[in-house]
Amino acid sequence: MARSVTSQRKLINTGLAWLIGLIIFFPILWTILTSFKTEAQAINDPPIFLFFDWTLENYAIVQERSDYMRFLWNSVIIAGVSTLLGVMIAVPAAWSMAFVPSKRTKDILLWMLSTKMLPAVGVLYPIYLIFIELGILDTRVGLIVVLMLVNLPIIVWMLYTYFKEIPGEILEAARMDGASLRSEILYVLTPMAVPGIASTLLLNFILAWNEAFWTLNLTAANAAPLTAFIASYSSPEGLFYAKLSAASTMAIAPILILGWFSQKQLVRGLTFGAVK
Amino acid sequence: MSTKRMLLGATAGLGLVVGLASAVAAQDTTLTIATVNNGDMIRMQGYTDDFTAETGIAVEWVTLEENVLRQRVTTDITTNGGQFDIMTIGMYETPIWGANGWLVPLDDLSAEYNAADILPAMAGGLSHDGTLYAAPFYGESSMIMYRTDLMEAAGLEMPASPTWDFIAEAAAAMTDRDADINGVCLRGKAGWGEGGAFITAMSNSFGARWFDEDWNAQFDTEAWANTVNFFKNMMDASGPAGYATNGFNENLSLFNQGKCGMWIDATVAASFVTGADSTVADSVGFALAPNNGLGKNANWLWAWALAIPAGTQQADAAKQFIEWATGTDYIEMVAANEGWANVPPGARTSLYENPNYMAVPFAQMTLDSILSADPTNPTVDPVPYVGVQFAAIPEFAGIASEVSQEFSAAYAGQQTVEEALAKAQAITTEAMEAAGY
Amino acid sequence: MATKASRSAARVMMAPAVILLLGWMLVPLTLTLFFSFKKYLPLRGDKWQNGLEWVGFENYSRFLSSSSFWPAVTTTLIIVLGVLIITVCLGVLLALLLDQPMWGQGVVRILVIAPFFVMPTVSALVWKNMFMDPTNGLFAHLWRFFGAEPVAWLSEASLPSIVIIVSWQWLPFATLILLTAIQSLDSEQLEAAEMDGAPALKRFAYIILPHLGRAITIVILIQTIFLLSIFAEIFVTTGGAFGSRTLTYLIFQRVLESQNIGLGSAGGVYAIILANIVAIFLMRIVGKNLDT
Repeated sequence: MARSVTSQRKLINTGLAWLIGLIIFFPILWTILTSFKTEAQAINDPPIFLFFDWTLENYAIVQERSDYMRFLWNSVIIAGVSTLLGVMIAVPAAWSMAFVPSKRTKDILLWMLSTKMLPAVGVLYPIYLIFIELGILDTRVGLIVVLMLVNLPIIVWMLYTYFKEIPGEILEAARMDGASLRSEILYVLTPMAVPGIASTLLLNFILAWNEAFWTLNLTAANAAPLTAFIASYSSPEGLFYAKLSAASTMAIAPILILGWFSQKQLVRGLTFGAVK
Repeated sequence: MSTKRMLLGATAGLGLVVGLASAVAAQDTTLTIATVNNGDMIRMQGYTDDFTAETGIAVEWVTLEENVLRQRVTTDITTNGGQFDIMTIGMYETPIWGANGWLVPLDDLSAEYNAADILPAMAGGLSHDGTLYAAPFYGESSMIMYRTDLMEAAGLEMPASPTWDFIAEAAAAMTDRDADINGVCLRGKAGWGEGGAFITAMSNSFGARWFDEDWNAQFDTEAWANTVNFFKNMMDASGPAGYATNGFNENLSLFNQGKCGMWIDATVAASFVTGADSTVADSVGFALAPNNGLGKNANWLWAWALAIPAGTQQADAAKQFIEWATGTDYIEMVAANEGWANVPPGARTSLYENPNYMAVPFAQMTLDSILSADPTNPTVDPVPYVGVQFAAIPEFAGIASEVSQEFSAAYAGQQTVEEALAKAQAITTEAMEAAGY
Repeated sequence: MATKASRSAARVMMAPAVILLLGWMLVPLTLTLFFSFKKYLPLRGDKWQNGLEWVGFENYSRFLSSSSFWPAVTTTLIIVLGVLIITVCLGVLLALLLDQPMWGQGVVRILVIAPFFVMPTVSALVWKNMFMDPTNGLFAHLWRFFGAEPVAWLSEASLPSIVIIVSWQWLPFATLILLTAIQSLDSEQLEAAEMDGAPALKRFAYIILPHLGRAITIVILIQTIFLLSIFAEIFVTTGGAFGSRTLTYLIFQRVLESQNIGLGSAGGVYAIILANIVAIFLMRIVGKNLDT
């Protein structure tokens, strides 16, 4: 497989790729660096890259002002449960679309995607009124349901494309052996689809984690996740770059770390059926 | 009625999923307070434990940036969502919400609280039909903050009540692009509470107004053209780069870095520019906002105030909190811990009778500015609305945020001032028609 | 091959997802349609419990005739197209590069994907304040270092700035999908072409690009869905000023700033129509490409 390449070309590739990678990553790096500066150093002209007095005071200030762990916990629960729930509902749907396709399968898929095009602001009032009626404003349950619904089309589609890659003959064979539908899914299909399901979970966890409209507008104190945490640091009075950076770093760090550890999985699985 | 009931009832289909979701948590003694992320509010949050220790009432803060806060609390109050026990709102919202019966009247505050001590200008702006609906946490007008050293170097002297012509002249004289010093920093940022507030207050001093007595938009008048042209010319000549996106915070940080000669903005900024974060704290002077000799200064009147939405179950606890946060004891506690310059200003008469506070360099000028703003009579020509830098009608926020976007686009050079004014006129007329004026 | 039994089983299995999404689509849509024919000004004391005044198509005609409508549609399309072009072009190049053998490939890949993990609000805040601020932003420092006048990005070049920010967020996504597609390319075919002396550009145009067609369609489809409704990036950076008001943002202004729910709902219906036009257009292409 490995293409033979001169080491000179490899060197050029490496240099170029690293350069571009660093440029793309730079805004994040800069935010993290700035979070360890004092406010004065954060806006110093010329900018200071590494040789400043590293300090943790911004993190201390941010933590003192708002209880980070509570926001974090809400984010974890809301993103996690909504994703799990979404996948649980989507697996059977995607399975049947992939293995028992009908004429309408593709239409249904595309229709599902099109529900994502509803502009959220346009329906804020209806949803808000419904939430009041149901008494689920500012609850995790409410947000879990909304985020699950928002991401469901993407989940169904991703799973559908993975399932489609699984050769139908295997299922036929299993059926011949007298496997029930349940065990067919459980023992034959699922193991083969694990990489796909894993990357679906990952991607949708990220999407749910970063969702900033519903999470902000349907919460107050109890269910507010990290997106609300950030909203209290966005433009306070006075110098704020360092504190903003600290809050930003705290908000993105968990997902960044998760993403890094699972990037292989994500790279392998994130195809949306683009590869055949 | 029933159709809508059914409509919403049908949505309970969603409730299938939600199931037993809505377990209402017992929150007998926890107040949820929505507030803006301004310095004085953040400081108040730090003292919350004192309140809880005193009363046994726990407090949950929802601290949001101003625009997010507005959107959040407005949605909740108009739908009777009941998410908050106390909301931080301003002089614009209070009379409108009060008139709709959405706020708990604050007419039975305790004798120790002494509601009569609230500055009359503030109490007036936070009342509807003579009933107080929100208690001011701090109040502000606007004034000139300027660098005494740069003014002296320019060979000029700031009068106590300067004219706009003087400001433009001084700004030009103080500007030194090589040293990165801009003669004057003003709000150009879109948003009715940002650049919109500034240009409206400024227009008052130029004899302009938003509406005539029959609610006709007035952007086609010469007074408005003069206002916006004067602003743009002065800022192009002596303002900072990109002033069209500068709001309060941006200007504050410019001023604190020594990059502004003059800054006309909220009086509360005085404690920041003379505070520890400022590199120019020792050389700041204050003067009344400029005028054009027409009898009106370009200063506004605003208060951030605490109000109790009518939907809350905990009005009594909420009142206790409001009395604690906006009372004189709180002011003294902050003064004892952090110095008089850091107490929330502009809310109480007694503060300005306190010799300790009057020793603070900006105290007198703040009071003078507040006293010279008149929300019931804000303009040279008569107007049908109340409010200095806003018109207290429900439609104003929406209209003014779009109008100020047109102005900002003109500041940035994307359109001419005339085009911006023509669009402003069209937007305002359109919206007022839609609202049925 | 599917039996009747498996067909009905399939239907049962699809039911939860379909019903839920149907509800999620129909309930708000019905309410939006309902409000769009009503005068609903909550700040004027209108309450849905008390009944709302029926105004026919007034909201629709008002929204359409507003001077901000067509510019908002144009802005929406410019942002979507701009981001699509940038992410797809750069994404292809980046994917090609990342596919080459190199040292530390894993780390580079991590660096490239990272922006995808950042919340839109955070990335907008970081770009706005720490990069594009004309006084303290890093770009301003850079410009001054080279003796140039700093650019007030968000006011003088608001649309390009927003496109840059959004592209930065979505480039990783495009790169990832395109990279997976390239990796699945038959390398023998490429090598053969290389042996035959086909120049790199030709190899790209005749072998790689056609192979990527499907992946590119997917990238376009998914991104369009998300880009049509971008909100946080505009809310944080310009607040809709300087010609950066998209249709979504205009609706936001009508609903939340002006508190005119009827008018905003009518705008919502227009947005749905626009989204569907785009969707039909997209699905024409995708549908073709999705066929097995």
